[in-house]
Amino acid sequence: MKIDSRLPSGPIETAWDRTKFEMKLVNPSNRGKRTIIIVGTGLAGASAAASLGELGYNVLSFCYQDSPRRAHSIAAQGGINAAKNYRNDGDSIFRLFYDTVKGGDFRAREANVYRLAQLSNNIIDQCTAQGVPFAREYDGLLDTRSFGGAQVSRTFYSRGQTGQQLLLGAYSALMRQVKAGTVRIFSRTEMLDLVIVNGVARGIVVRNMITGKIFSVAGDAVILCTGGYANTFYLSTNAKGSNGSACWRAYKRGAGFANPCYTQIHPTCIPVTGEHQSKLTLMSESLRNDGRIWVPKKKGDRRPANEIPEEDRDYYLERKYPTFGNLVPRDVASRNAKQVCDEGRGVGESGLGVNLDFRDSIKRFGVQLIKERYGNLFEMYEKITAEDGYKVPMRIYPAAHYVMGGLWVDYHLMSSIPGLFVGGEANFSDHGANRLGASALMQGLCDGYFVLPATVPHYLSTSSLPNISDDSKEFKEAVGEAESRIKRLMNINGKRTADSFHRELGKLLWNYCGMARNEAGLKKALEAIPALREEFWQNVKVPGDSEDLNQSLEKVNRVADFMEVAELIVNDALERKESCGAHFREESRTEEGEAKRDDANFSHAAVWEFAGDNKKPIRNIEPLSFQYVKPQQRSYK
Amino acid sequence: MMNRLFEIINSSIGRKVIMAITGIVVVGFLLGHMTGNLLVFKGPDAINHYAEFLQSKPLLIWTNRIVLLVSLILHIWAATTLTLDAWNARPVPYASSQRILETTYAARTMRWGGPIIALYVIYHLLHFTVGRVGPQHFEGDVYMNIVTGFRIPYIAGFYIICMLAIGFHLYHGIWSFFQTLGANHPLYNPLRRIIAVAIALTITAGFISVPLGVIFRVIGGDIP
Amino acid sequence: MSEKGMKLNLKIWRQKSSKDKGGFVDYKVENISPNMSFLEMLDVLNEKIILEGGEPIAFDNDCREGICGMCGLYINGRPHGPQSGTTTCQLHMRSFRDGELITIEPWRCGAFPIVKDLIVDRSALDKIIMAGGFISVSTGAAPEANTIPVPRDDSGNSMDAAQCIGCGACIAACPNASAMLFTAAKISHLGLLPQGQPERKKRALSMVKAMDDAGFGGCTNHGECEAACPKNVSTKFIARMNRDYISAGLTEEPEKE
Repeated sequence: MKIDSRLPSGPIETAWDRTKFEMKLVNPSNRGKRTIIIVGTGLAGASAAASLGELGYNVLSFCYQDSPRRAHSIAAQGGINAAKNYRNDGDSIFRLFYDTVKGGDFRAREANVYRLAQLSNNIIDQCTAQGVPFAREYDGLLDTRSFGGAQVSRTFYSRGQTGQQLLLGAYSALMRQVKAGTVRIFSRTEMLDLVIVNGVARGIVVRNMITGKIFSVAGDAVILCTGGYANTFYLSTNAKGSNGSACWRAYKRGAGFANPCYTQIHPTCIPVTGEHQSKLTLMSESLRNDGRIWVPKKKGDRRPANEIPEEDRDYYLERKYPTFGNLVPRDVASRNAKQVCDEGRGVGESGLGVNLDFRDSIKRFGVQLIKERYGNLFEMYEKITAEDGYKVPMRIYPAAHYVMGGLWVDYHLMSSIPGLFVGGEANFSDHGANRLGASALMQGLCDGYFVLPATVPHYLSTSSLPNISDDSKEFKEAVGEAESRIKRLMNINGKRTADSFHRELGKLLWNYCGMARNEAGLKKALEAIPALREEFWQNVKVPGDSEDLNQSLEKVNRVADFMEVAELIVNDALERKESCGAHFREESRTEEGEAKRDDANFSHAAVWEFAGDNKKPIRNIEPLSFQYVKPQQRSYK
Repeated sequence: MMNRLFEIINSSIGRKVIMAITGIVVVGFLLGHMTGNLLVFKGPDAINHYAEFLQSKPLLIWTNRIVLLVSLILHIWAATTLTLDAWNARPVPYASSQRILETTYAARTMRWGGPIIALYVIYHLLHFTVGRVGPQHFEGDVYMNIVTGFRIPYIAGFYIICMLAIGFHLYHGIWSFFQTLGANHPLYNPLRRIIAVAIALTITAGFISVPLGVIFRVIGGDIP
Repeated sequence: MSEKGMKLNLKIWRQKSSKDKGGFVDYKVENISPNMSFLEMLDVLNEKIILEGGEPIAFDNDCREGICGMCGLYINGRPHGPQSGTTTCQLHMRSFRDGELITIEPWRCGAFPIVKDLIVDRSALDKIIMAGGFISVSTGAAPEANTIPVPRDDSGNSMDAAQCIGCGACIAACPNASAMLFTAAKISHLGLLPQGQPERKKRALSMVKAMDDAGFGGCTNHGECEAACPKNVSTKFIARMNRDYISAGLTEEPEKE
């Protein structure tokens, strides 16, 4: 696989402008003749579809939900970063760039991250103009807050529903283009495969989820904005429908998959209550600003939290990281929670939980202030657990939340298949090995509003793309393959449901490739996953009919892919013998037991290449170089 | 231009506005009518002179009648079409009975209250204005008609029940008037309920006082 | 409640497709934990149905954290069930009694045809947004964000309206199946912001027209929509929409042919 990241040369500050200038444009009168297929309508997909539609391209937009407005970007709570420096607190594009590279533990490309920091300001302008009701100060100007331990206040927000408001902004821009006739929406339509003609992405195969009809769509370029694969873990904060299938099919058609092992486990989620649990709910990590995290000192101390006296409590984050305390980054907080629970000191019925206690803050600031700051989160917590967080400590536990890994893309966000672009969480680009709070929304919109609308036209104008119709050989073959796969799944008629397999897969992954990984465990997973997959293909049961709305079939089809994604995650984790960001290898620690990066051997992105079914995939490397931010060991002591 | 106005009036909101405005015209008339009725407490001369005075001003009375008639027709037109729209909007009803959360009795009875009131109005006109129904009609003697009419318990009872129905209709109608015309502001929102209750109550109590007065012989106690 | 968890009797609407007539089917579930969400209870039932060789009940859901607006069941006579300010996915089984009979129906509205079982087609809502639920600013055309100050109260009010998740509970609850709360929320969200002023009148006219064309009923000020709304969107926005619509209808110049 040829890995050419097409990084701009010269000073980083002007790199994007120069790249844009060097790009070829498409004559406005020719744009309508170009068809761009966009899969997914989250922040990246909706904003890309709207922006390319505004430019005059013929855009076909696909989503599995009943409306593009429901994509899971909508669930993001905290906010969106931008380097506006409205607070005069020393923020700048360079500082946002620096923080993001450092936060990603030096596993992201500098040029990409710099562009992200630069465009962050345009995103806020764009969203404000669209009518996103960002929080305001009394003077009517935009309010910001500091988030995720950042030392500057650069996070813009709309109450606890920033993702929702940004997505509704992008969705409204999208609907405007639907009205204008440039975009056509295919809702309840799921992508099943990518169609490649002469080595170039020219279309997709999809299934109408109401009629079950499988058909193909041809175009000049394909953009995947299909989100992450965190649902491989079964229990995650992702939506039930979120899946990795589109990216996985692209991978199997030749697109490189980069850093699949970088999966972020978010520390402040509501713990699992039982086997029935179908998903996990995240609470904004801003709670850690005022809540103190603790577990009993003694193993198996089952006393109610409020009856445990001060001397029997272990505020382990404050103890181990006196400088950052409860505000250590997500990966550190999550790992430590797992550690204390593994020691048998976890709280709650399952023992998989730690206390998040507001007693001292309430004493200090009064209930009213805490209510003002976190009222909606306390309400949400009470709705789910029937417990009053003002009176008894909340219980939290980490949950799979976001994946930094994804399809490999170059500086133009094009994958290793020409004509296949990838935006948002689906690509691997900007967060390195760990994503900072309030950066996901920024990246999704940056890709969709600004990067793709510049780079996709360049591709269209510099490639020879002969007219093609969806009844050509390649399309018919791809449709045939998709149909036969569905048929195969329908015909297994085994004894277990898709969910039961998915749950088992998730547990395997969580136990062996969760917050902490070691060689022995990963190897065990590499034996267990293929065995489970084998059983899946012989014993899964799909009820109903394939030519009908069949949610079990949708599930099974996605789980079949998760079975393979999981193996690649584990393979990548096994090969990356260092600890970095969200990936903690127990063999690679400092003397104090903290994560130890190995820049000499692993300062690169691992780009996996599909080598055929049941063959070990090939690990390619994109080396990383740092000219502006000197790599250093992260320390939160 | 006319096309556009027609479109606006014919929209769901437009027809609500028509309902609100015509409703308020009728409320105004009812206030006047009710005040006039109270003259009956002052004895036969007061109310009969008032009636004569009205009859002597055909322009006034006919303008009044036409405005009222047009208002009622528009009101009924809007109500009927909106009701049909609502029925069409949910062709298959729920099997489980809807749990009532917010709506009031008055709001829920608007739709059946309307036709009942319309039937009542027809009866009322036939009774007092035309004199075709009810007991013996004394042409030109309003006082006698009131007394002889309301002395019959079922007629008095029927009027009282209808007045209560009108009261409910007015309460929700007046409250809705504000909402429909967009008068909703936290500063004066509490006033909307108060005004609605006050007007509905005044009109209802005023009207009901007459049959009650007759029954308890406060009115026409001297007539055998 | 026993150690084994709750037992429930369910009466669930089953309908093969939009053309099928449909009807209720009775189910029993046992061993239900009060900590389960309502949808997890249905998951348990579906797993059982699948293993018994039947076809599971189709229902829409996605984020399961109360924000995507995809889920929506009419439970015992109330959209999203007995708890106010809560979507179906955030409703928990502790809100029900052991042994209770729970009736589950899809949203009933002519503009929301039933797709299958409990799934309805809500694309009519997208059409209302398409008619004008946006500010016509193309990417790249935006001025610096702080150029236009927005009074804090306006922005807060706008956010109150913007919280709508488009689930359709207001329509399901309304005795007239009216979509006024949904439409009003979008018109108000944009109309309360200075950025939304240039298109304010046109937006009110076109969105109300789209709403009427979709076949929703009118508003008779019952207030059921607000009571059923999982995000507590206020009916004051309907008054605001009426105001905008009336003034736009009287003053906005008709489009030139």
